[in-house]
Amino acid sequence: MDAAVIHECLKARFEARVVDCDLKAKDPFIVIEPTAIVDVCRFLRDEPDLRFDSLSNQSGVDYKAKGIIQIVYHLYSYPHRHKIVLKVDAPRDDPKVPTVEGVWKAANWLEREIYDLLGVTFEGHSDLRRLLMPEDWIGHPLRKDFVEPEEYHGINTRRESPLR
Amino acid sequence: MGLEGFEVEVQQVGKPGLETEEMTLNMGPQHPSTHGVLRFVIKADGEVMREAIPDVGYLHRSIEKISEKVGYHGFMPYTDRVDYVAAMFCNQGWGMVCEKLGGIEVPKRGEYCRVIAAELNRISSHLIAVGCMILDIGAMTPFFHAFREREKINDLLEELCGARLTYNYMRIGGVAWDLPPNYAEKVLAFLDQFEPLLDEYNDLITYNKIYVERLANVAVVPAEVAINYNLVGPNLRGSGVQYDVRRDEPYSVYPELEFDIPVGKGEVGTVGDCFDRYIVRMREMKESARILRQCMKQIPDGPVIAKVPRKFKPPAGDAYVRVESARGDMGWYVVSDGSEFPYRTKIRTGSFSAMSIIDWMSRGLMIADLVAVISSLDVIAPEVDR
Amino acid sequence: MQGFLDSLIAQGYFPGIPRNLVYAGGMLVFTVIVVVVFVFLVAGVTTFVERRVWARMQSRIGPNRVGPQGMLQWLADAIKLFLKEDLVPAQADARLFRLAPYIVVLGFLTAFIVIPFGSRLIIADLNVGIVFITAVTSLVVVGILMAGWSSNNKWSLIGGIRAAAQIVSYEIPTGLSIMPIVLLTGTLSMQGIISQQGWAPHTWFVFNNPFTFAAFFIFFTSALAEGNRTPFDLPEADTELVAGFVTEYTGVRYLMFFLAEWGNLYIIGAVVTTLFLGGWQIPPVTSGPVLRAVLEFLTFFVKSYFWVLVAMWIRATLPRVRVDQLMSVCWKYLVPFAFANILGTAVWVVLWPAGNVIVQYLMVLAGLALAWYFFRRVAFHLRRARVRERGELYLSPLA
Repeated sequence: MDAAVIHECLKARFEARVVDCDLKAKDPFIVIEPTAIVDVCRFLRDEPDLRFDSLSNQSGVDYKAKGIIQIVYHLYSYPHRHKIVLKVDAPRDDPKVPTVEGVWKAANWLEREIYDLLGVTFEGHSDLRRLLMPEDWIGHPLRKDFVEPEEYHGINTRRESPLR
Repeated sequence: MGLEGFEVEVQQVGKPGLETEEMTLNMGPQHPSTHGVLRFVIKADGEVMREAIPDVGYLHRSIEKISEKVGYHGFMPYTDRVDYVAAMFCNQGWGMVCEKLGGIEVPKRGEYCRVIAAELNRISSHLIAVGCMILDIGAMTPFFHAFREREKINDLLEELCGARLTYNYMRIGGVAWDLPPNYAEKVLAFLDQFEPLLDEYNDLITYNKIYVERLANVAVVPAEVAINYNLVGPNLRGSGVQYDVRRDEPYSVYPELEFDIPVGKGEVGTVGDCFDRYIVRMREMKESARILRQCMKQIPDGPVIAKVPRKFKPPAGDAYVRVESARGDMGWYVVSDGSEFPYRTKIRTGSFSAMSIIDWMSRGLMIADLVAVISSLDVIAPEVDR
Repeated sequence: MQGFLDSLIAQGYFPGIPRNLVYAGGMLVFTVIVVVVFVFLVAGVTTFVERRVWARMQSRIGPNRVGPQGMLQWLADAIKLFLKEDLVPAQADARLFRLAPYIVVLGFLTAFIVIPFGSRLIIADLNVGIVFITAVTSLVVVGILMAGWSSNNKWSLIGGIRAAAQIVSYEIPTGLSIMPIVLLTGTLSMQGIISQQGWAPHTWFVFNNPFTFAAFFIFFTSALAEGNRTPFDLPEADTELVAGFVTEYTGVRYLMFFLAEWGNLYIIGAVVTTLFLGGWQIPPVTSGPVLRAVLEFLTFFVKSYFWVLVAMWIRATLPRVRVDQLMSVCWKYLVPFAFANILGTAVWVVLWPAGNVIVQYLMVLAGLALAWYFFRRVAFHLRRARVRERGELYLSPLA
C-alpha cells in the first residue's frame, strides 16, 4: 500500500486532524495534530489493511526558526511490508505530546530519549525520566540554543572548541 | 549518581512471621560480563530477580549533535564509533542516507566492495557476540577460538582499509579504496578454513547438555512482543519472525545475491529463547560466508566511488534509511536544511530496543540468567548511548 | 611416621623425653616439611600448569617468559601478591575478614596429615583417615561463608551463600561414594584401604565391581563440586559475580584462597587414588627401602596429579551450571545413585566376600574399552579439523 492510499484512509477516518501531507518527498509523510496522534497510531496498528505493528523510529527535531519541535514517527508493517512517516508539531516553549507507549512498547525508551535530549513532555508516559544524561543534568542538550553549564560537579566545561 | 530515580522501596516478601527483604544489587558500570559500560539495578529475592532496571548513558558521547558541527563528509569516522564492533554497517548507513538525500548513485563495484566489507564485518561481529556469550555462560575455550578467527578477519580488513576496529572505509558515494590485489584469493582461503570450524563449535559447545540447559526456555520472547518492542536483527529472527532488511527492503546489491534467512525454530526449547538467538547468529555466519563467495565471483570492474562535491549540500528535506547491521536493522534519519552540515541526525540502533526489553524479560529470572539474557541479545553499550 | 619415630627413640635419640611429646613434636616437624616443601610447591606449580594447559587448549601459548618455558611464573605471581597493599574495606567486619582465609587454608592443609604418599610416608595413619579428610575439608565452608559475609559486599554474600549451599550439599554424595569402599575393606584408615589393593589394575577398587566403578565417577564429580571447580564454580563465577566471595580480597589473603583451591585439587586427586586406584602400590621389583619409597611416592604422585590435570581439562571445556540445576543434579541424581551403589556393593560383598576375579578382569576390559572409544573420538576430531593443514594448531606443549 503506498502513501497516497494510507493518506486517503486516514483522511476518511480522522478528517481535519490530519493536517498536512507531502507525498512527493523521498519519504512521504503525513502531519497529524498532536492531540490525535494516539488515536491515529492505534488505528494504523489495528486496521487489518494497514497493520503498522512496529514503531521503527521516533525522533525529535528542533526547528528553532519555525518555533516548533517536530516529533517524527517512522512506522513499519511486518505483515504488509509497507511504511509511512508521521509528523507531529509541538510548540517550542512548552512541548507536550501524548505518548504512544500504549500502542507500541518500543516508544517507551524512544520517548524517554526525546524528553531527555529535547525536553518534550509526553503526557501519560509511565516512566518519564532522563535516559542518557545523568539524572541531575540541567537543560536539554539537543536543542539548538543549548548552552553548556559552566561546570558539572566540579568539572570545568569551558575549553577551546577544536571545531569551527 | 546512586539510586535516585530507581525508587528503592524495600518490599517485605515471604510468609508473615518470617521477615525477609528484597535485596537491591548493583550490577555496576564495571562488570566482567555486561558488554560495555552498562548498569543494572537488580531487585532480587535471593537468586530470583523481581526486576532488573537498566541504567544507560555511561557512554553517551553526543555523536548526533557532533554531526551538526562536522558536516556530512566529516562525520564518517564518527559513525565507526557508534558501534565499533560492526563499524562497516554504520559507515554504510551514513553513506546510504547521504546518498538518498543528495540523489547520488554508487557505482556497482563500489557497492560490491561495500557488501564484501560489511559481510566480513558481520562474521567478525557475530564471532564476538557468540564468543562472549559462551564465555559468560562459563566455557572459556570457544571464546578464544572465536577470537582466533576474528584475528584473521581483522588481518583481511586491515589489508583492505588500514584499520582493525574503526575502519572509516566507506565514503559518501562509494568506498575510499579499491580492493587490494589478490584479495579474492585471501578471502576465499579464509572462508575455506572458516566454514568447517562452525561445525567444530557445534561439537564443542552448542549441543553440550550444560549449555543447552542454561539457555533453553530462558527469557522467551514471543513474536508479537518482539515486534511491539521493536526488536530487530537476530533477536527478532530468533523469535520466529522471518524478516531481514537485506531481503525485504533490499538495498545495495543484495537483490543479486542468494542467501537464506535463518530463523529460530525452538530446536531445544521454545521459539524465542536464548538458544534460538544464539543459533540464529551461528547460522548467519554461514550465510555471510555464502554471500562473500558470490561477491568475489560477481564483482564487476569500474570505479569504486561516485563524484561527490567537496562541499556536499543536499537539498532540504529528510530521509530515513535502514541497514541490516550485525545487531539488526539500524535506522539512520537525517534532516537536511540545504547547507553542508546536517540539521539533525538520529540513529536508531538494534541494541537500544534490546535494552528496553530487558526489564520486561527479567521478571522471574535468576541472576545467572540475566547474564545469559544480556549476552544473547547482543547488547553493545556504545550503540545504546551513542 | 610413628614407626620411624619409634626406631629413632630405640636408637636413643631423645633421652628422657616422654614418648608422646616426641611423637607430637616429630609429627609437627614432618607436617611443616610436607606443607612447605610439597604442598606449597605443588599448589604453586599447579597454577602455572593450569594456565599452560588451558592456553594449549585455547590455541594460545600461555606464560612462557618467566624462567625456562615460563616455569617460574607461579613464583613471580606469589611474590607480586605478597607485595600488594593490604586492604580491608572500611565497612567490612575486620576480624572475620582477616580470619577467613586462614580458616580456609587450615581446612585444606590439615587434610595432608593423612595423605599416604608411600607405604611409610604418611604423617599419621589415623584409623579414621578417610572420614577425617571429609570432616576437615568441611571447615572450608565456614571460611568461605565468613569471607562472603564480612566483605560487606552483596556480590560476595551471594557467592558465599552459594558456596555454602553447594559444598554442604555435595558432601553427601561424596560421603556416600566412600561407603562402598569401606564396605569392601572394613577399615577407614588410608593405609588400610591401600594395602587391600594391589599394584595391578584388576586389583584396584575401581575395577572391583560395577558399583564401585559408578561410585568412582560420582565421587569425582562431587569432589569437583566440593572444590568449587567448573562446571560447579558458581561461588567464584567471574562473569556473574565479579569474583564471588573473593571480590574484596587482595594480596596474601587472595593468595591463601587460591592456594586452598589448587591444593584442594591435589587432595581430590590423592583421595581418588587412595580409594579407587590402588594408591602407592608398586610391583615387587626391588627391596631396597629407599628405592621402594621413591617409587611408591612417584606412583602416587603421578596417579593423583593425573586427576588434577583432568580437572583442569574439564574446567577448560565445560560451561557453568546454574544454581538450581546444581542443586537438582546433587539431590535428584547423585544422591539416589550413590545409595544404589551402596546397596549394590553390600549385596556384592555378601555374595563374593573375597571378590570375584572374573568380574574384576571384565571391569578392567570395560575401562580399557572406554579409554579406547575416547581416543578414537579424539582421532576423529583431529582428522576432521585437518590439524596438519592448519598451522596454528600446535600439538606440542612447548611453544
